[in-house]
Amino acid sequence: MTGVMWAVTDSWTMTRRGLAHWARRPGQVVVGLVFPVMMLVMFAYFLGGGMAVPGGGDYKEYLLPGMFALTMAFGLESTMVAVTQDLGKGVIDRFRSMPMASSAVLVGRSVLDMLQSALSLLVMIGAGLAMGWRWHGGTGQALGAVGLLLLLRFAMLWIGIYLGLVAGRPEMVQAAQILVWPVGFLSNAFVWAGSMPGWLGAVAEWNPLSATAGAVRELFGNPPVTGGSWASGHAGMLAVVWPVLLLAVFFPLAVRRYGRMGR
Amino acid sequence: MRDRDHAKPAIVVEELRKNYGRNKGAKAALDGLDLTVGYGTVHAVLGPNGAGKTTLVRILTTLLRHDGGRAEVAGCDVLGQPDEVRRRIGLLGQHAAVDEELSGRQNLEMFGRLFHLGARRAGERAEELLARFGLADTGRKAVGKYSGGMRRRLDLAAALVLAPRILFLDEPTTGLDPRGRTEVWQAVRSLVDGGTTVLLTTQYLEEADQLADRISMVDGGRVVAEGTADELKSATGGDRLDVVLRDAAQLGAAAGMLGFLPAVVAAGGAVAVAADERRLSAPVADRMAALTEVVRVLDGAGIEAADIAVRRPTLDEVFLHLTGPEGRKDADTVAADEEGAAV
Ligand SMILES: Nc1ncnc2c1ncn2[C@@H]1O[C@H](COP(=O)(O)OP(=O)(O)OP(=O)(O)O)[C@@H](O)[C@H]1O
Ligand SMILES: [Mg+2]
Repeated sequence: MTGVMWAVTDSWTMTRRGLAHWARRPGQVVVGLVFPVMMLVMFAYFLGGGMAVPGGGDYKEYLLPGMFALTMAFGLESTMVAVTQDLGKGVIDRFRSMPMASSAVLVGRSVLDMLQSALSLLVMIGAGLAMGWRWHGGTGQALGAVGLLLLLRFAMLWIGIYLGLVAGRPEMVQAAQILVWPVGFLSNAFVWAGSMPGWLGAVAEWNPLSATAGAVRELFGNPPVTGGSWASGHAGMLAVVWPVLLLAVFFPLAVRRYGRMGR
Repeated sequence: MRDRDHAKPAIVVEELRKNYGRNKGAKAALDGLDLTVGYGTVHAVLGPNGAGKTTLVRILTTLLRHDGGRAEVAGCDVLGQPDEVRRRIGLLGQHAAVDEELSGRQNLEMFGRLFHLGARRAGERAEELLARFGLADTGRKAVGKYSGGMRRRLDLAAALVLAPRILFLDEPTTGLDPRGRTEVWQAVRSLVDGGTTVLLTTQYLEEADQLADRISMVDGGRVVAEGTADELKSATGGDRLDVVLRDAAQLGAAAGMLGFLPAVVAAGGAVAVAADERRLSAPVADRMAALTEVVRVLDGAGIEAADIAVRRPTLDEVFLHLTGPEGRKDADTVAADEEGAAV
C-alpha cells in the first residue's frame, strides 16, 4: 500500500478510537448535542421577543441560520480542548514512537469532530423545525447550506487543532475563549450589521462567520438583511473563500507542528 | 535488510547532548553521553534521579530531539530516519503510554492496526499478548481502572505488539511489588532468549546486576563507568574484607589491627567502621592472604568474630565510589526507594 493509503487507514483507526471513547461516555455526547439546542431556545424565546427584523418577518427566521453558523464556529473551542487533553495523555508518546502516519492523530480528531458537528447540526435543524423555523428554497439549496456550515466547521476545526497544539495545556484554552467569543458575537449571527456602530459593523460584515451565516440565510430562503456592503453582497463567495483560505494556512501549520513535537 | 542492520551495533550513541533550557547557562540533561549496545544483549543504564535516563530513552525512541552528538538505532539515525527507527523498536516508557479510557484488548488491537497487521491479525495478537501477560480476563474494563501492576504489564504488552528487534525499557519495574518485578524480569529474559536487544534504565542496582550483560553508570548526563557487573565491581578496589565482631567495645582495637594487615595495607589500608552492625570493612589485595592474616591477628588478641568474609563490592559501593558526595545523596534515596518497593 502507498503512504497515502496508510495515512487513510491510520486516520480511520484513530477515528475508531474516538468512537470507542464516545461509546464509553454516551452521556457526554448527548449533553454536547443538547447544549446548542438550549442556546437556540434561549436566544429565540428569551431574547428574540424584543427583536424586530428590518423589513418585517419572524426573528427566528433570521436567528437560526446565524445560530447554526455560530455553533460551527464555536466548535473551534471544543476541538482545541480535545486536542490539549489528548496531547497530555501518555498514549500520544506511543503513537509518536510508532511508524504510523504522523497526520493520523490529527486527521482522526478532525473526522470525529466533523461527525459530531454533522450530528449536532442535524439535531439543531430538527429543533429549529420544531420551533417553527422553515427553509423556503429547494432541498438542493438546503443541502448546500449544510455543506457551507460544515465547511466553516472544518476550517475552525483545524484552527482549533493548531491552537491546541500551540497551547499545549488545557488551562490555556481560556485564552482562546477570549479570542473566539468576541469574534462570534461581532458578526451578523444575532443582529444585522446595520444595527452596530459604523466600523464595528464593517468588521462584522467581513467576519467569516457572517459570510457563512449570510450565505446560509440566502440558501435557506430566510431574510438575509444585508448591510449593502461588498462583503454582504458576496456572502456566498466569501463563505467558500474564507474557510478554504483558513484551511490552506492552518492545516499545514497544524500537521507540521504535530510532527515537530519534542523535536 | 537484516544483514545490513547487523553490520552495526544495535545502538550507537556518541557525545550525545541535550539541554532543555533555551539559555546556554542551564544545566544539560545529557552532557556528552556515549553508549554502544550490541545485538542480542541487555544493556542497563543505571543512574539516580535526574541522571538523564529518560532523556536518553526519549531521544533514542525519536520522541525528543537532541542538540548535539549522534544517535543511531538499528543502523538508522534517529533524526534523519525516524520512521526506520520506529519500525524496529518497542518502548516501555517511564509513564504508562496506553489509552486509559479503552480496555486492554481495545488498546492492543488499536496498536496492532497502527502497525498495519490488519484487523484480524491485530485481534489475534491482542489475545496472545493478553494471555501472555495474565490480562486475558480483564474484559471491557477501562485501563484507567487497572492496578498499577496490570497497567505496567499492558504497557509492556503494547511495546511487544510487533515483536521489536530493539526494546527500550525506562524503569520497567519502578512501583511494582516483588512479584510484579519478578514477572517483568522473566518476560525480559525470555525476550532476550528470543534474540531481542534490550536497553533498560533502572535505579535498582540489583536489577542491573540480574538482567544486564553490560551496565553504563550515568550521573549528571554522562557515563561515569561502563562494563559488566564484574568489571565494575573489580574497578572499585577489588575484593573487600568484612569482619563482624561479637563485642562492639573491641571495634576500635580491631580496626587498628586490620589497618596494619599486609593484605589491607597493599590495597590502601582504609578501614570502614559500621558501629551499629559491629562491622569492619576494608579493601584487600589478596583474598586468601587477607583471610589467614585476619584470623591469626584477631585470635592472638583474643577478639572474637561473629563472621568473617571476603566478598566482591556491591554495585552500591561502586556507585558511591564513582559518583562522589553529590551522587551519594541521590544514591541513598535510591536505596531507600528500593527498600520501600521491596516491602
Ligand atoms: N521536559 C523537561 N523540561 C526541562 N527539564 C527537564 C525535562 N525533562 C527532564 N528535565 C531535566 O533533565 C534532567 C534529566 O532528567 P531525566 O528525566 O532524563 O532523568 P532520569 O534519569 O530519567 O530521572 P528519574 O530517575 O527521576 O526518572 C533533570 O535535571 C531534569 O530536571
Ligand atoms: Mg526517568
